[in-house]
Amino acid sequence: MGAQMTQPANRKLTPFNVITGMIIVAGIIFTVLRFTKGIGAVTNLDNNTPWGIWIGFDLLCGVALAAGGYTTSAACYIFGLKQYHSAVRPAILTAFLGYALVVFALHYDVGRPWRLPYPIFISQGTSSLLFEVGLCVFLYLTVLFIEFTPAAFEWLGFKKIRSVVVKLTLLLTIFGVVLSTLHQSSLGALFMIAPSKLHPLWYSGYLPVYFFISSMFAGMSMVIFEGTLAHRWLHDKMDETHLKEASGVALGFAKAASFIMMGYLAIKLIGISIDDNWQYLVTGWGAWFLFELLGFVAAPAILFAMGAREKNLTMVRWAAGWTVLGIILNRLNISIIAFNYHLPSADRYFPSLMEIGTSVFIVTIGVVVYRFVTTRMPILHEHPDYKEH
Amino acid sequence: MENIIYTLQDFMVHTKNITYLIMGGILIFMPLFWIFLTDREKD
Repeated sequence: MGAQMTQPANRKLTPFNVITGMIIVAGIIFTVLRFTKGIGAVTNLDNNTPWGIWIGFDLLCGVALAAGGYTTSAACYIFGLKQYHSAVRPAILTAFLGYALVVFALHYDVGRPWRLPYPIFISQGTSSLLFEVGLCVFLYLTVLFIEFTPAAFEWLGFKKIRSVVVKLTLLLTIFGVVLSTLHQSSLGALFMIAPSKLHPLWYSGYLPVYFFISSMFAGMSMVIFEGTLAHRWLHDKMDETHLKEASGVALGFAKAASFIMMGYLAIKLIGISIDDNWQYLVTGWGAWFLFELLGFVAAPAILFAMGAREKNLTMVRWAAGWTVLGIILNRLNISIIAFNYHLPSADRYFPSLMEIGTSVFIVTIGVVVYRFVTTRMPILHEHPDYKEH
Repeated sequence: MENIIYTLQDFMVHTKNITYLIMGGILIFMPLFWIFLTDREKD
């Protein structure tokens, strides 16, 4: 009897629960500090660097890595590649959580959550790129929420409303692609306002194109990476169809990501050439730029290509994780590392422990919610009542 | 001394010359890379 009583308590004290619990408690403390003592109490931001990792990591990386939603649904519903159907729901869920957490993280930076509706409904700054980004994120988050609802309705047994939403799939996919094209590129365009602050190797008139193209392979790599983690940790939640199609999704996306990454390298080369920035390549910043471009774009692109050719899933999965790291490095380079590059090192920004802790807290919330949803709703498996879709 | 760029016209001619050569290289490289990616699918 005693053993039976203690069993459920032991099951709750798993390493995952203990670690996430500690991170969430620390995050709540940082949140209280941020909103009671002000942004200066928890961050190292100053007038030189008003945007730190809450923008560079939480927002820029969050949006880029959530691009799997539009790439996967476009592949399946617009290009008709139905063999990727099983990857759509996990990708939509990741994208929805990613964008929701981007908006959540933005509150920490802006600090006045009650003003969130202002840019959309009260005071539209129609000449500002930030307004365009805000409007697109608001609309796309709504689209992703609607795209996600069929899974929730199946779970709750709301058959009628689910069938109405399913009929909107193609329309929502087209909206998603259009909105993503707009705001992914606009996030890059934001940095075009600071040509004297961003190092010339990263600054380019093509920044919007770079951000949009890189979001495509970021999203695909994230779908492969997340599929790998789901295989490892949520294997029991996946049905036969998902298990059977998983390798096809990984190999197909690897091939596409590899080709797009080579195209990205090509336009980066054109960017250097058109601005005549060759002389910077032989400087220290040039070495760092080449490290990013060759080490985190060219190398994983070749690994993706070899993995797709050899049908080697391990190679493809390593390349996906590598590419995700490359995207994070690229966004941090543009927003933080190569930004204000001319300042003396004493004036350069480095995030405080509480800033890093808050970002870890936000990512942890995403992981916990993803786990909560996938263990309950038909995300990694088909609901037995709706096999036909 | 003839390498000195005096005008925007000179600069554009210089950078566009190199860029067009690079684009030619890309036009040759990308189809070859596509063949590398897909040639085993027929087997």
